[in-house]
Amino acid sequence: MNFDFSDEQKQLRDEARRFLSENCTPKEVRAVLEGKAKYDAKIWKGLADLGLLGIAIPEEFGGAGAGRLELCVVAEELGRALAPVPYSSTVYLASELLMLAGSDAQKKHWLPKIAAGEAIGTLALVEAVGDATPKSIQATVSGGKLTGRKTLVPEGEIADFAIVVAREKAGDDARGVGLYIVDMKGAGVSAKSVETVDPSRNHAEVAFSGAPADPLGQVGEGWSCVDKVLDRAAVLVAFEQIGGADRALEMGRDYALDRMAFGRPIGSFQAVKHMLADMYVAATLARSNAYYGAWALSTDAGELAEAAANARVSATQAYQLCAKNNTQVHGGMGFTWEFDCHLYYRRSNLLALSLGSLTMWENRLIDEMRKRNAAA
Amino acid sequence: MNFDDTPQEAEYRALARKWIEANRPDDLMKELAAADEIKDRDARTAKILKASKAWQKKKADAGWACLSWPKEYGGRGATPIQRVIWDQEEGKYGQLSGPFAIGQGMCGPTVMAYASEEQKRRYLPPLASGEEVWCQLFSEPAGGSDLAGLRTRAEKDGDDWIINGQKIWTTGAHFCDYGILITRTDPTIAKHKGLTMFFLDMRSPGVEVRPIKQASGHSGFNEVYFTNVRIPDAQRLGRVNDGWNVSLTTLMNERFSIGARLATGVPEFFDFAAQMRMADGTPALDDREVRSRLATWAARSNGLKYTAYRAISALSKGERPGPENSIGKLVAAPMTQDIAMYALDLQGPMGAISRDDNSPAGKLYQTLFHAIGMRIAGGTDEVMRNIIAERVLGLPGDIRVDKDVPFNKIPTKGR
Amino acid sequence: MNFDDTPTEAAFRAEARAWIAANAPREHEADLRASPFGRVALRNTDIIAASKTWQKKKADAGWACLHWPKEYGGRGASPIERVIWGQEEGVFGKLSGLFIIGHGMCGPTVMAFASEEHKHKRLPPLASGEEIWCQLFSEPAGGSDLAGLRTRAEKSGGEWVINGQKIWTSGAHHSDWGLLIARTDPEVAKHKGLTMFFLDMKSPGVEIRPIKQANGQAEFNEVYFTDVRIPDHQRLGKVGDGWNVSLTTLMNERLSIGASMPTGFPELFDLCERLDADGRPAIENRHVRAKLANWATKSNGLKFTGYRAMSALSRGERPGPENSIGKLVAGSTMQDIAQFALELEGPMGALRRTPGIDETGLFVAMLLRSPATRIEGGTDEILRNIIAERVLGLPADIRLDKDVPFDKIPTKGR
Ligand SMILES: Cc1cc2nc3c(=O)[nH]c(=O)nc-3n(C[C@H](O)[C@H](O)[C@H](O)COP(=O)(O)OP(=O)(O)OC[C@H]3O[C@@H](n4cnc5c(N)ncnc54)[C@H](O)[C@@H]3O)c2cc1C
Ligand SMILES: Cc1cc2nc3c(=O)[nH]c(=O)nc-3n(C[C@H](O)[C@H](O)[C@H](O)COP(=O)(O)OP(=O)(O)OC[C@H]3O[C@@H](n4cnc5c(N)ncnc54)[C@H](O)[C@@H]3O)c2cc1C
Repeated sequence: MNFDFSDEQKQLRDEARRFLSENCTPKEVRAVLEGKAKYDAKIWKGLADLGLLGIAIPEEFGGAGAGRLELCVVAEELGRALAPVPYSSTVYLASELLMLAGSDAQKKHWLPKIAAGEAIGTLALVEAVGDATPKSIQATVSGGKLTGRKTLVPEGEIADFAIVVAREKAGDDARGVGLYIVDMKGAGVSAKSVETVDPSRNHAEVAFSGAPADPLGQVGEGWSCVDKVLDRAAVLVAFEQIGGADRALEMGRDYALDRMAFGRPIGSFQAVKHMLADMYVAATLARSNAYYGAWALSTDAGELAEAAANARVSATQAYQLCAKNNTQVHGGMGFTWEFDCHLYYRRSNLLALSLGSLTMWENRLIDEMRKRNAAA
Repeated sequence: MNFDDTPQEAEYRALARKWIEANRPDDLMKELAAADEIKDRDARTAKILKASKAWQKKKADAGWACLSWPKEYGGRGATPIQRVIWDQEEGKYGQLSGPFAIGQGMCGPTVMAYASEEQKRRYLPPLASGEEVWCQLFSEPAGGSDLAGLRTRAEKDGDDWIINGQKIWTTGAHFCDYGILITRTDPTIAKHKGLTMFFLDMRSPGVEVRPIKQASGHSGFNEVYFTNVRIPDAQRLGRVNDGWNVSLTTLMNERFSIGARLATGVPEFFDFAAQMRMADGTPALDDREVRSRLATWAARSNGLKYTAYRAISALSKGERPGPENSIGKLVAAPMTQDIAMYALDLQGPMGAISRDDNSPAGKLYQTLFHAIGMRIAGGTDEVMRNIIAERVLGLPGDIRVDKDVPFNKIPTKGR
Repeated sequence: MNFDDTPTEAAFRAEARAWIAANAPREHEADLRASPFGRVALRNTDIIAASKTWQKKKADAGWACLHWPKEYGGRGASPIERVIWGQEEGVFGKLSGLFIIGHGMCGPTVMAFASEEHKHKRLPPLASGEEIWCQLFSEPAGGSDLAGLRTRAEKSGGEWVINGQKIWTSGAHHSDWGLLIARTDPEVAKHKGLTMFFLDMKSPGVEIRPIKQANGQAEFNEVYFTDVRIPDHQRLGKVGDGWNVSLTTLMNERLSIGASMPTGFPELFDLCERLDADGRPAIENRHVRAKLANWATKSNGLKFTGYRAMSALSRGERPGPENSIGKLVAGSTMQDIAQFALELEGPMGALRRTPGIDETGLFVAMLLRSPATRIEGGTDEILRNIIAERVLGLPADIRLDKDVPFDKIPTKGR
């Protein structure tokens, strides 16, 4: 049994950590948070230069041709550093969808650009309050033109292209749903900034009015592609979440060691010690669950859907707990803009929702476990 | 057991209701709601203050301000139970009293207990009528939960005291006229023994108020710096070096505000869940999981309400309410945080969209941030649990390593 | 990242599997599977006899106490081989409950501190299950605070005379030997005046009284010592060094990895499939699902944390501190699960065995056993302290009793 990352993968993690600790400090995160930029282009360029944008993209399309495990270790570091870059949308969603459903021409066109840091991509899915379902997809494509409104598109203002989930046949099931590549800088697209709980990541509401739409894969298969890619992304985002959870735990621990009250470090009070111990427990369980997700992802195992939901639910809960307890350990300081606690609090709540709610993933987990039990 | 008013209480309630009915500040409430949407802090504050002061003055003129205070100090000489009845009748209009909560709830009673007769007649009526607003200058960087760790110095100079140091987290300091201030007058004796309380004019030379930006991006509290600020000895509250005991009066009042309108988030969540549709189009309120959570929260929130009723009954009988009131904030604050997170989750990805409107969903979104402060302000969750364990259940206090140690010998670094 | 055995591991697994297939007591398999937590029962056979038979069989074939050296009755196996054995032994491992304390704690302490002669005499029958051991540590005045113990050992010639009382001694009533910690010097600081011994449980002056537990069973006992004599050569470690010796024992207690702690989750999942709620399986109820999902991630998280530790072992490394979370998570999860299951079963849940749903009374057994899991071998609070202090590096609790002579430490709370 070797339920761990390899030495090379750990080296990659160290490399990513080194780069991010030098280039992605809270100062850079705050610059985006406070609206001075929509993302950090310098970090983005650095990630491209290190080859981290195309890790999982095959060499023939300009990538490094490594596996998803490499992606996992990078994701953890990005989450830890709260990197204000469109990595998850471009890498976990857009590029995965291209690799899954794209024609050779589409892959040739987009993947090298992604790997080189020349194209930011995203997935435009959400149209309404609630978790996305085939029924919620009302944007339509007819005659190669897309019309409709996506209410919350991650990196909506900065993406060069979006993969839009839309329907070609009227109705409310998955049969009419397809995927379309849309040039976000082209005609018929207008994006309006939307502020979320975590403004260190760009979001927009995007209106499409007759935007040229290039079909990606077959109509009718769009929804199942999205489903598959959401599972993959869930594992990767879980790594971002455990990276953030660990950092929040460390911050809380460090503050508890330094902050004095009643003549002793607050970390000597059991109320504080036990709060931190509980954070450690949650973060450890989430890490182990994320590793299992990583294994399933990297081997494209039949268990992926279950492993992804398991990793996602666990990581969401652990990150939310660690982030909120970290603010609590900081007392009044935790409630200030100046301290970094709220950056983690914000990110934990954004990531909890970005791929669909906890409720949705809980349901998926139980559905998948039932399927497996029924098959056994 | 019954929830009925006694005949006198009923009569009083009718009186209050009639007055409120005739004077409903609905227009002011609209102003208050509109203020929520103003981004600029000063403009927002000015708008809130204007509306709040208008209502407070109107109440004061008719004898409905600070009901439990004696008439000569701007109150009504009402009984505690009458005050509760008033609060119930005032209902949502009570939101207009936000800016006065600290002054009337904590500073006023301290002034009442320790200031000279002349000072009481001078300061209390305008505090009651909202014409002057007060803040509480207690917490410091080195003195939060451990308030007695504070370092702001007061040194005697003739008939004045000279203040140097820094306060932090001072809610409302930017719009307050006066403040009560606790300082260290003797650093060579044990920490609780070298403190002295004052009140001061916030416009005194040498007072500098700097806003602190909160995690939410808003800014309701401040740092307050004191550089050679002079306070006449006549504005001392209590004896020199007896400030700790004086502060207990204040804090007791802080924790004694019964029936106080503690936000639990439950009514908002109920409304939210009634409006929100699940993926299959059914109301969230019909979903089994939503119901289960709501039921748990509702039971807790009702528990708080009826605990308050028990206290009111004690008051009504002329007794002092028991310590069970200390559970209020401890129960409500973390619960609001859980409710907010769950409300966001139910909306799926769009739950992440930031909003400051007054709809149930908007309020719950803001609660996500508000809750952080609520779990800390006026005693953190952990400190509240210690209080319950020690003062209610009679468990021993934490081991104190700083007791009887001269203040200037207490270690200040964790590692 | 993979779950595959290395070739050596695979070979070991195959060998173990083949031997188990040929030798395991299949006749007990069904009963063992159906046995609820902490209450292994066989229909037609005495559990102690069955346990001893299986253990002896394993020992004869070299499958007992795998990681012990051969000369002491073990196999000299690597830690990962021990884990593999545990996986292969599966449900038959439930027959080892009787020996856990002896093998897991007493044995390693004897191994580290006894004379060569004692080791050769005592360890092989301990490994083969012919002799059973118990651990005589806890006392009324020394539980979490073990060093608060008061049982006295006084030197008299070449012997020690023991007087005092132990409590919570699991299995004392069927043990042959016991590991005993006693106070030899009450005038020095509490951790400094302790000494470790082992003794024959049939020695004159040892009296064992069963304690009836909250769940109605009697696994553990009070043990009284009245002028019990122990020869000095049965002392383990130096006089006054008992605290350090006990750490060896306790370290072994907490290092039992791969020993995945049961949470009751699979049983609950199964119940929710079978149980009807409003005409549909309970598992389709959203409220039930939310709960299940939460516990699934806990139980999976424990499993995969165990895998991470095994991987470290497999590479020849020492597993990290993440293992300390096992009992802390499992104990309270099981308690929550049991409560929820009974709530789901409705008023019938209060019955010991719910007809057609929970024939063995599984969840009632869990409900009644889990509080003990949260206490034995370190309470939840102590485990949180350990995580906070040893893993996260937070300061230790402030100690009022440090460096105070034992007989000067206050003994009354108020
Ligand atoms: C919104 C808001 C408004 C406020 N308004 C005012 C105001 O108007 N005037 C004013 O004077 N102050 C005000 N405060 C300050 C408030 O009273 C302090 O923040 C609070 O007492 C906590 O102190 P601290 O921030 O220094 O945290 P610390 O005391 O440093 O606490 C840090 C952590 O240590 C824990 N801790 C500390 N001591 C113990 C212990 N003995 N046992 C267990 N755990 C412990 C705490 O629970 C917390 O988790 C306000 C605070 C907030 C958040
Ligand atoms: C099923 C079972 C089998 C057992 N088998 C054996 C056995 O074979 N041999 C043996 O020697 N012992 C055995 N024990 C005893 C067990 O090790 C002790 O019960 C345990 O160490 C707790 O001690 P206590 O019962 O005295 O509780 P106490 O130590 O009195 O604890 C009471 C409460 O105080 C808390 N507490 C104590 N100290 C602290 C602290 N520093 N910080 C925070 N909280 C604290 C505890 O968490 C607990 O909640 C067994 C116990 C059980 C339940």
